[in-house]
Amino acid sequence: MNGLFSARRWSVTLADSAALWQGFFFTLQVSLAGLAVALVVGTIFGTFSTTRSRILRGIARVYVEIYQNTPVVVQVFFMYTAGPQVIKAITGAQTITRIAPFVLGVVGVGLYHAAYVAEVIRTGIEAIPRGQMEAAQSQGFSRVQAYRYIILPQTLRIILPPLANQALNLVKNTSVLALIAGGDLMYQADVIVSQTGYLQGYILCCVMYFIICFPLAMLVSWLERRAKEPGGRAGGARGEKDAGGAGAAPGTTKGEVA
Amino acid sequence: MADMIEIKHLNKYFGDLHVLKDVSLTVREGEKLVVIGPSGSGKSTLIRCVNWLEEPTSGEVIINGTPLTRKNHIQLTRTYTSMVFQQFNLYPNMTVLGNLTLAPIKLQKKSREEARKTAMENLERVGLAQKADEYPQNLSGGQQQRVAIARALCTKQPIMLLDEPTSALDPEMVQEVLNVMVELAQENITMVCVTHEMGFARQVADEVVFMDDGQILEKGTPDHFFEHPENPRCREFLSKILR
Repeated sequence: MNGLFSARRWSVTLADSAALWQGFFFTLQVSLAGLAVALVVGTIFGTFSTTRSRILRGIARVYVEIYQNTPVVVQVFFMYTAGPQVIKAITGAQTITRIAPFVLGVVGVGLYHAAYVAEVIRTGIEAIPRGQMEAAQSQGFSRVQAYRYIILPQTLRIILPPLANQALNLVKNTSVLALIAGGDLMYQADVIVSQTGYLQGYILCCVMYFIICFPLAMLVSWLERRAKEPGGRAGGARGEKDAGGAGAAPGTTKGEVA
Repeated sequence: MADMIEIKHLNKYFGDLHVLKDVSLTVREGEKLVVIGPSGSGKSTLIRCVNWLEEPTSGEVIINGTPLTRKNHIQLTRTYTSMVFQQFNLYPNMTVLGNLTLAPIKLQKKSREEARKTAMENLERVGLAQKADEYPQNLSGGQQQRVAIARALCTKQPIMLLDEPTSALDPEMVQEVLNVMVELAQENITMVCVTHEMGFARQVADEVVFMDDGQILEKGTPDHFFEHPENPRCREFLSKILR
């Protein structure tokens, strides 16, 4: 245990911290792009599961169940191994091209969290009373317009806290890339630790994840507090007069790997 | 006067439940039609078929000469019908003014000023101009329903459907909403109102329809209806409700 406080070990590790910072920014980029994928794909599937089309609902259900009930590690490994073969088969290329770690990270973590985002969006939409859609339709709004002008703005407020929570878990889950030599923060820390034999690398790595995740955690609790207030629009002076979202904020419906 | 709504052999099933049984009915332009009957008799379903909130299983609903279909119902609704609901269904994230101007601006492409002006006029009519900037949750039930009526007026459709507009209100608030409805009935608007308010029916209805078990059992002027009802089930219902 003495080694943890050894000044020499810290200075050796800190000398290598450029690589850690490189990993930090790589992780940050993967997280942001992955979040974009998760939000877009998740919104599509989440909206699918609230449509009247049985086929679309079915597709969304299958997607969500598969991605929520298999480990993200396996999903990424699978893409890592099978992905190049699939690309080869589709493009008819002669040689097998490896998928860049960045792409693997973005798509892997993005698609995984899309399943959770889809559930957040679904529960958010379902929390809006049916009368809202009926009122909109009785005025002559199409279903799409009703979603756009009436349902989704009300949904947004309820789903922001669980969405921010997803972003937080997504950041942590990008560490799966370390297992396939992905160049992310966890990977860089692992390289340093295995080279030096000092655990300081892991500690610095944790600190760096914390730098990203702690503000997100603060954001989650702020959004949660705000969603409970009777107020409505973000920061509006009249906020406290706005109606609260219907029902409690939907959480994720299943325990999740983080 | 022309027929504004023509309902022909309308049937509606919810699963195995036969809710509307071969209902036919005509509402002339400007007519005030009141639909009464015990709960579960299909009255709400009937008027919800007029703006396609319920899709008929069979039969036809014809609005001003055009049959309502899966394809044209949005356009026809936008042009011809507005609705007032039992539960008000105001948009809680918007102010009263926002509720009143949304459809005129987004659907009818009115300018913000024009929509606002119409909205204020209609709020004036229901006596709530001073509440324009409030959010619905800060209003009483009666006020919310008056706002909902104003919202229905803002889109200026010739037909207004009212689905038990006073049933969810505390007793002391019923009258303020009825007053607005009575005033509204002076106009050339075509009204179809499902209600249990017999006083209102007597006062404004051109015709009253009694429904039970998915069928229209009696139809006539309020005089005929309340003084000499012919159908025994209708008589029974009236004797219970009028006492």
